[in-house]
Amino acid sequence: MADTENGTSTVAEPLDLVRLSLDEVVFVKLRGDRELRGRLHAYDSHCNLVLGEVEETIYVVGDDEDDDDTIRTVKKNSEMLFVRGDSVVIIATTT
Amino acid sequence: MLFFSFFKTLVDHEVTIELKNDLSIRGTLKSVDQFLNIKLDDIQVVDEVKYPHLSAVKNVFIRGSVVRYVHLPANAVDTALLEDATRREAAAQANKAK
Repeated sequence: MADTENGTSTVAEPLDLVRLSLDEVVFVKLRGDRELRGRLHAYDSHCNLVLGEVEETIYVVGDDEDDDDTIRTVKKNSEMLFVRGDSVVIIATTT
Repeated sequence: MLFFSFFKTLVDHEVTIELKNDLSIRGTLKSVDQFLNIKLDDIQVVDEVKYPHLSAVKNVFIRGSVVRYVHLPANAVDTALLEDATRREAAAQANKAK
């Protein structure tokens, strides 16, 4: 395959797109209505990740006593976070 | 293998593990294996009032598959080294696929 032999900057498979986001701020959508925003420091083929300066947003539905349809967001911060790959749904670059 | 090696460098550091059942356990990382199963010493459950079940427990083995997050001490992580190791691992994987 000619396009995979000329160095490390080509995108031959989906995870190469993630490789280009190393040391960039990425958006990660997780199972359980959770999202993360943080700087990508490491990943592997299972989508295990290490993110730095992370902000986690959790969407909690129907937590109110009188209204079951309200969506409350909970924000949490972490300076360095390992994320297990089996929870990961989407990894996206941010602009 | 990348994260196995990474966690081995964090042995004896204080970490907080958040499980998929929302339980958070803080303790000293004592060992890790290839499945990212983890042994913690001197543990404390972060929300003890809500989860009093483990208040008498000192050491735990956590099956890797139930881990959601591991909160790490930022000063124990060399991010530049980690990114280089990630690139090397990605290159190795690409070569294997060829």
